[in-house]
Amino acid sequence: MRVLNLEKLLVPVGFLQISPELCKGCGFCIEFCPRNVLEFSEDVNSRGYHYPIIRKGMEMSCSACGMCQRICPDYAIYLEKVEKIPAKKVIR
Amino acid sequence: MSSSDRFRLREFAVTSLTKYYEGLEQVIRTDRMPHIFCPGCGLGIILKGLAEAILKSGIPINRHVGVSGIGCTGRLPGYLRTDAYHVTHGRAVAFAVGLKLANPELEVTVVGGDGDIVTIGGNHFIHAARRNHDINVIIVNNFIYGMTGGQYGATTPTGSYTTTSPHGHVEYPFNIPLLAYASGATFIARWTPIHYAQMVDAFLQMFEHKGFAVVEIIAPCVLYGERNRFPSYTDMVKYFRDRCVIDHEADLRKIGISLDPKEPLAIGNFYKVRRKTYEELYKELIERVSKEGAKE
Amino acid sequence: MKSFHPRLLKPGRYFMQGNIATAEAALVAGCRFYAGYPITPSNEVAEWMSRRLPEVGGVFIQMEDEIGSIVAVLGASAAGVKAMTATSGPGFSLMMESVGLASMMEIPAVIVNVMRAGPSTGIPTLVGQGDIMQAKWGSHGDYEIIAYLPSSVQEVFDMTIKAFNMAEKYRVLTIVLSDQVIGHMIGKLVVPDYEEIEIIDRELPDVPPEKLIYPFDNSRLISPMPIAGAGYRVNYDSLTHDERGYPSVDRDVSFRLVSRLVRKIRENEKAIAEWEEYYTDDADILLVAYGCTARSAKEVVKKLRRENIRIGLFRPKTAWPFPWWRMNELSKRVSKIVVAEINMGQMLHLVREYSARDVEIIHAPYAPGYMPPPSYIENIVRGVYGA
Repeated sequence: MRVLNLEKLLVPVGFLQISPELCKGCGFCIEFCPRNVLEFSEDVNSRGYHYPIIRKGMEMSCSACGMCQRICPDYAIYLEKVEKIPAKKVIR
Repeated sequence: MSSSDRFRLREFAVTSLTKYYEGLEQVIRTDRMPHIFCPGCGLGIILKGLAEAILKSGIPINRHVGVSGIGCTGRLPGYLRTDAYHVTHGRAVAFAVGLKLANPELEVTVVGGDGDIVTIGGNHFIHAARRNHDINVIIVNNFIYGMTGGQYGATTPTGSYTTTSPHGHVEYPFNIPLLAYASGATFIARWTPIHYAQMVDAFLQMFEHKGFAVVEIIAPCVLYGERNRFPSYTDMVKYFRDRCVIDHEADLRKIGISLDPKEPLAIGNFYKVRRKTYEELYKELIERVSKEGAKE
Repeated sequence: MKSFHPRLLKPGRYFMQGNIATAEAALVAGCRFYAGYPITPSNEVAEWMSRRLPEVGGVFIQMEDEIGSIVAVLGASAAGVKAMTATSGPGFSLMMESVGLASMMEIPAVIVNVMRAGPSTGIPTLVGQGDIMQAKWGSHGDYEIIAYLPSSVQEVFDMTIKAFNMAEKYRVLTIVLSDQVIGHMIGKLVVPDYEEIEIIDRELPDVPPEKLIYPFDNSRLISPMPIAGAGYRVNYDSLTHDERGYPSVDRDVSFRLVSRLVRKIRENEKAIAEWEEYYTDDADILLVAYGCTARSAKEVVKKLRRENIRIGLFRPKTAWPFPWWRMNELSKRVSKIVVAEINMGQMLHLVREYSARDVEIIHAPYAPGYMPPPSYIENIVRGVYGA
């Protein structure tokens, strides 16, 4: 039985770019994120909507699936970059 | 909103959209971004999907033409950088017929809501389907007349509460795939915006298909949802995620929509058949008549 | 563009039905798309077009209703093909929303309205002239159209060609207000040599697509028309739109657009309006009549002139723009005007509006369905004249 070397194994981690001003607070991205990485912000943007922010401690948890950017109707969130990071460092 | 705010928003939207589209300016009117659709509206997703499908279709963008009627969905082709005709309520299919017959090289796509295409436009829809014109029809079904504030239409499920059925709707709704099939459409599909990849694939098949192609997109709409068991923006899309069942072989007679939480909602690419289109048949007629010589 | 298909009606003299002449004229003018719905007394136009269009490479389709017909005509015209439909009163009423659509989107098209007795279903097989006001005012909002009033087979041929030319030149909807008598009568038609026939095509943009930023430029009355599929990717909108074609609710955008749409015709009305005058130089009584009624009216003028009664006929050949300036001039020289029409008073209002204040205006309506015989008009004139 071979054990996975968590320091050598690289997993993709997504880094999101959110445009709070474009967001209309529909919540689709938060609902459809398979890893529950997102939540609504406390404050509102200039149009009065709560926008998505990354949950505390989940900054490395995005699996770069792209569901949020696919489903946002207002083009307010997208996957800016994907980095391959050793599994050990990634908190899942 | 000041014009500088709007300019900033446009910049953000353009940057975001550039993730999707190589040569974004080619297919989306970025000078009109951000769009006017409500929070929780599926049309923003459909706009993205349709733009992607146009780019991937292999058909030059100059040959694509969007035709739409009145309503929220009717605004959608105006955001695409193609030739677009925003005509009167219900008449988009008839206008598309004229466009296609005058220039069969055009790839004509009608984009309309359930109110525009199958309620007021019902007659044009069934006859164009019957003749199997080679045009594409995307029907965005939100079960309601959204733009005018939430009145009922031909697809509103029985029992719904709308602004013109405040005591509960007493009519039976259309089953759009069955209506299209019975009228003679030769490509029928139904998806939702959250089934993004399949929706884009259905659009691509629609462009490729020679014949009357109908793609029904069941879309969330706040105006329907807030009065009918889907109070917050995500309730309706959660319902789609939980109750939609992909069944390409579904019996069209059984897939009417009730939005009942206990009933599954069938989606899929239901029907595809190849039959000579009106344009092909008429072209054969012209060839035959031209050969016959002048008759009096 | 002068290229005439070998299977068009050849120059020469014919004895032909009015509706057929309408169809043949459309083909000569370059019409290659017809969408229509059967309605008496216009059916011969559709039937003839269904037979002849494939012979010249055009397309005919019988749509599910009149609304679909006129909208398909606009679609075909948007794609660059000259297109027409023919109908009568009830169908014309159905098409009204699309008259506005054509005007707002500035898409050229021709409607032939073979008028019949109304109102409503009326008498489908008999003549009427009751759609004169509707032709101009039938749709909501502000717009201008051009409407012709043929009174012979030759005229319906010539005017149909002219209708296409005007539609293309001004990017406007034109209407040929034929009627059941003109449509069904068989009369002499002379088709001139093709070089003598003027054909006007719409102006196309002469700049490449990247340079066409304002397809609906308000600084010129009529802009070149980008055709679907030519690469210009223009948004044509039935909503009030700015110069780029994008919908707008701005006050100035609305005012400029609507002003330009009506000025297109109003500033050119003297070039567009046509009329015929018969013995008006020294007339003291003026007959105003049009279409088939003018044929009876002319007989009355001939007869009364033999008795040295100074009577003349003013026959508008365009209902819209109405030649109001000539109406006004003539009204100042006569003491009585008799307006003879087969309706309960339509051109009567135009005569009243533009005539001098002190002239006496008498209305000579007639039963919808029937052409007034010359004696009817003559009696009214004599009653007036006191002879």
